[in-house]
Amino acid sequence: MKISGNVIKYGDNVDTDVIIPARYLNSSNPKELAEHCMEDLDKTFVKRVKQGDIMVAGNNFGCGSSREHAPIAIKESGIACVIANSFARIFYRNAINTGLAIVEYGGEIDEGDMVEVDFASGKIFNLTKNIEGNFPPFPPFLQNIIEKGGLLASLKENK
Amino acid sequence: MKMTMTQKILAAHSGKSFIDKGELIMAELDLVLGNDITSPVAINEYRKAECANIFDCGKIALVMDHFTPNKDIKAAEQTKLVREFADEKKIVNFFDVGEMGVEHALLPEKGLVVAGDLVIGADSHTCTYGALGAFSTGVGSTDMASGMAYGKAWFKVPSAIKFNLTGSLNKWVSGKDVILHIIGMIGVDGALYKSMEFSGSGVKNLTIDDRFTICNMAIEAGAKNGIFPVDEQTLQYISDHSDRKPVIYEADPDAEYDRIFDIDLSAVEATVAYPHLPSNTKTFKDIGDVAINQVVIGSCTNGRYSDFVAAAEILKGRKVNKRVRTLIIPATQKIYLDIMESGLAKLFVEAGCIVSTPTCGPCLGGHMGILAKGERCMATTNRNFVGRMGHPESEVYLCNPAVAAASAVTGKITHPSELLGN
Repeated sequence: MKISGNVIKYGDNVDTDVIIPARYLNSSNPKELAEHCMEDLDKTFVKRVKQGDIMVAGNNFGCGSSREHAPIAIKESGIACVIANSFARIFYRNAINTGLAIVEYGGEIDEGDMVEVDFASGKIFNLTKNIEGNFPPFPPFLQNIIEKGGLLASLKENK
Repeated sequence: MKMTMTQKILAAHSGKSFIDKGELIMAELDLVLGNDITSPVAINEYRKAECANIFDCGKIALVMDHFTPNKDIKAAEQTKLVREFADEKKIVNFFDVGEMGVEHALLPEKGLVVAGDLVIGADSHTCTYGALGAFSTGVGSTDMASGMAYGKAWFKVPSAIKFNLTGSLNKWVSGKDVILHIIGMIGVDGALYKSMEFSGSGVKNLTIDDRFTICNMAIEAGAKNGIFPVDEQTLQYISDHSDRKPVIYEADPDAEYDRIFDIDLSAVEATVAYPHLPSNTKTFKDIGDVAINQVVIGSCTNGRYSDFVAAAEILKGRKVNKRVRTLIIPATQKIYLDIMESGLAKLFVEAGCIVSTPTCGPCLGGHMGILAKGERCMATTNRNFVGRMGHPESEVYLCNPAVAAASAVTGKITHPSELLGN
């Protein structure tokens, strides 16, 4: 799988409370959640995000709560992939389990850059800056979960 | 065999005699937990996957604690969905209003977790049960759904950081200060993906409630789990609350740790985490005049009986400041009864506090004490992220129950010794 998109960039420790504030967790409808995605950090996000955009951040992306509403809201908002220097571990699991593509990568990427991600080979191309970088592709164990369409589908098949 | 305590529990639950850090394993679960926010998502996933049935109706706990008693129509619909699922699947441990408490205080109290267990919960503070010598960790709703269906979850075996504790805590210092001190030292991602293993001669000087608080906030350092060795206090707690037999695991003497920290408990001071990260800690020598509008004493971190005893020591015969709304939220129905029977509830009401039914409520900005723009709250809860308790421009300061109570009296961040001496 290969994607390319325009970058929306944030900093370190983007927590699940700003990705989707708890006041909206009385719903689990992806569309409703996406309407409030990133609201407490960036009120402009929902208006400017376009289908296929790439979210880029620093360390510890998705720290805090276990709410799966967070990757669901990001995915539903149109974001094709989140690239961060590191991810909080529950968010990391939740992203895989809900089919939100994530990449651990700390190379130079700025707001508005066009970036291409090749998941199979573990390569990132910053087309704006003409920089190529590498990231470790998912191990087979996780690729299997993603290929089968998520955790439950993969377990169902292996039972 | 060079395994940490966490690795031993994971090995035993995946049918292996040895596992190494980084290894991916499929493990058998002793308990799967969800609440009124995460369970509806899990149940929808479960239904979509057309699972044949749940793995064990006695090993799933559903606790309606976050937006309950339901705060609005949407929250009520979510809880109704869980209630119907619990009825259909004959879930033994379904806790609705009247029986529910804040999940991580409730489950140990009900005897549902014992030493040696492997627990996953769709709530990040599931790591609390490490206090009892169990491996427990927070997951999302899809992991919860597969856990309910198959009784299994996959894990990457974590490496560990060891905290070697010595000495004992001073007056007005508690487990909350120990964990805030540690998070301030290593940062909010200082233990990312790792276990935090506590050991040393100081462990015996920490109460089980201190250990619950410390393990509860392991996630705030990014940890997969926090865990304490099992001692006489642990076994006493378990035998007082559960009919199940604990299984004791110990770290191997030659277990490997990524880092080892020595912490002298007698050197830990009362600590406050300033907005907007739990790692943004200060001790009182660096704290000036900070006026507050609200105090919350409760949550899965500090809503246990001993927390209210600590607060009551300050509030006895005093009144809270007129400008400070002070919310006392016992974490379970049993704790609620205990503070009524011991007279603490009366003491709190006479001091000008409100005493609430158990709920997570304000901790996550759900209901029962939301902050307006520019307001500040001293809270015994676990997170002080932007907008955590209400308006994105409100502020949450994290502290122990005695500091929270002293601050309620003066209307600003206050060390208890200012009111009661050392």
